[in-house]
Amino acid sequence: MSFDVERVRKDFPIFEREVNGHPLVYLDSANTSQKPVQVLDVMRAHQERYNGNVSRSVHTLGTESTEAYEGARARIATFIGAASPDEVVFTKNSTEAINLAAHSLGQMLRLGPGDEVVISEMEHHSNLVPWQLLCERTGATLRWFGISDDGRLDESNLDELVTERTKIVSLVHMSNVLGTVNDVTRIAARARSAGALLMLDCSQSVPHLPLDVQALGADLIAFTGHKMLGPTGIGVLWGRLDLLAQMPPFLAGGSMIETVTMAGTTFAPPPARFEAGTPPITEAIGLGAAVDYLTGLGMAAIHEHEQTITRYALDALSSVPGVRIFGPATIEGRGGTVSFGVDGVHPHDVGQILDALGVEVRVGHHCARPVCSRFSVPAMTRASFYLYTTTAEIDALARGLDQVRKVFG
Amino acid sequence: MLLDGLYQEIILDHYKNPHGRGLRDPFDGEAHHVNPTCGDEITVRVSADLGDISYDGLGCSISQASASVLHELLEGKDPAAASEIHHAFVELMQSRGQVEPDEEVLGDGIAFAGVAKFPARVKCALLPWMAFKDAAARAGVDVGVSPEVKA
Repeated sequence: MSFDVERVRKDFPIFEREVNGHPLVYLDSANTSQKPVQVLDVMRAHQERYNGNVSRSVHTLGTESTEAYEGARARIATFIGAASPDEVVFTKNSTEAINLAAHSLGQMLRLGPGDEVVISEMEHHSNLVPWQLLCERTGATLRWFGISDDGRLDESNLDELVTERTKIVSLVHMSNVLGTVNDVTRIAARARSAGALLMLDCSQSVPHLPLDVQALGADLIAFTGHKMLGPTGIGVLWGRLDLLAQMPPFLAGGSMIETVTMAGTTFAPPPARFEAGTPPITEAIGLGAAVDYLTGLGMAAIHEHEQTITRYALDALSSVPGVRIFGPATIEGRGGTVSFGVDGVHPHDVGQILDALGVEVRVGHHCARPVCSRFSVPAMTRASFYLYTTTAEIDALARGLDQVRKVFG
Repeated sequence: MLLDGLYQEIILDHYKNPHGRGLRDPFDGEAHHVNPTCGDEITVRVSADLGDISYDGLGCSISQASASVLHELLEGKDPAAASEIHHAFVELMQSRGQVEPDEEVLGDGIAFAGVAKFPARVKCALLPWMAFKDAAARAGVDVGVSPEVKA
């Protein structure tokens, strides 16, 4: 069965609106995705008819809420190929998931001077600053992979970077700027032989690619709901259960305890150990509905559609005079996020003119300033695609860029 | 078109042909400001008599044109006059398009009236002005209290 993008778009009410007198052309899904009615309806129905707090109530509403919340966890676990729902920890977003990991692993490993944490120049600030801070707190040393000229991870110094001093390697799976999908097979093998833990920031990959955490070779991954048709305020830390079981808590409070006395506390097993306080219940249930929607269409079909759109966009952008694409020039090993520069025009101005034409792109450093520095630009313009993106929208982007060149020509 | 208010010819002219661009010595005060959300940067240098205002930066047409206009308006002014112009420009940018700018005071700066209607771009226009204020303070020149900047 072929992927019917027009039918998919009918599920997204936002595409009925106009922006500045033009039909909405939404090319900013790497920033946040739009939401289908199937997700919005489930969240509304939950609030209207089932609302109760989870994991503590004896009454019917509380029980139904708990079942819906835990049901969402189980479906998300299946979606990413987790061995058990207990491997899925709900967080606020990817950033909180990575901060949780950085704090907890730092304590578990008794990180200190002489130890090393390895990241890359390709990271979003959310997978960079938490590790910088961890190293500052503990005296460990932060090291990083560079980026090659064609926007790939430079693994040429893998053996010097990942050594017996390395305790944690944390890398982006798919770059939010360059669109590069990192094949981490070699790095995972090297990390394992060095005895280091491997974490992957999958914020941009889980929404777009079929992904199986067992096959990935990572010990922990982070991703966020709002980039995969779900609401904001809900993210996931996945971890191997034997690892999560050894990790100390990050945030403390209600729901994460086993027994509390005035003298001390013992903690619940994962995932509850890492979910202090009332969680974002409706949001978790919304993310469960998003996963159902994605599963219904099939991640392989979604990925194939995005590859088609990306190929079309790379062709369209390279035929606009003065446009320079940052990152892989072909669709091999890349996803549907394309950053570019327009010669002589600042990205803010590009974005402003495109917005006046209803074309919504992201401009700036994309919370990944070192990536911009690597390519010697202060900022970039980024178009990013999803299951609802059409070739007509790419055409609108190309026409918009002609307008940009006219204004600044 | 919606953008006509934003990309006035005056702004594009200043962007393409900036006045007084380039850092110069000697100077008495210097400030480097960045816009952390978009990466725009500017360095402003001033002499204590405001006889020389030099700058260099990286950024969008709005921030760079704004620096050029600042140079044109403030260089060589006495602190009281500079303060009045500075205040008027900041007030205009905070107005959401509700203030009619005075060309006598703001010169080419009136072209930025349209920018005030784009809240996301106001901080671009203000970046050189805030850097100037800091640089002037370091040179011992007080350009007075500006309306509070709400970024």
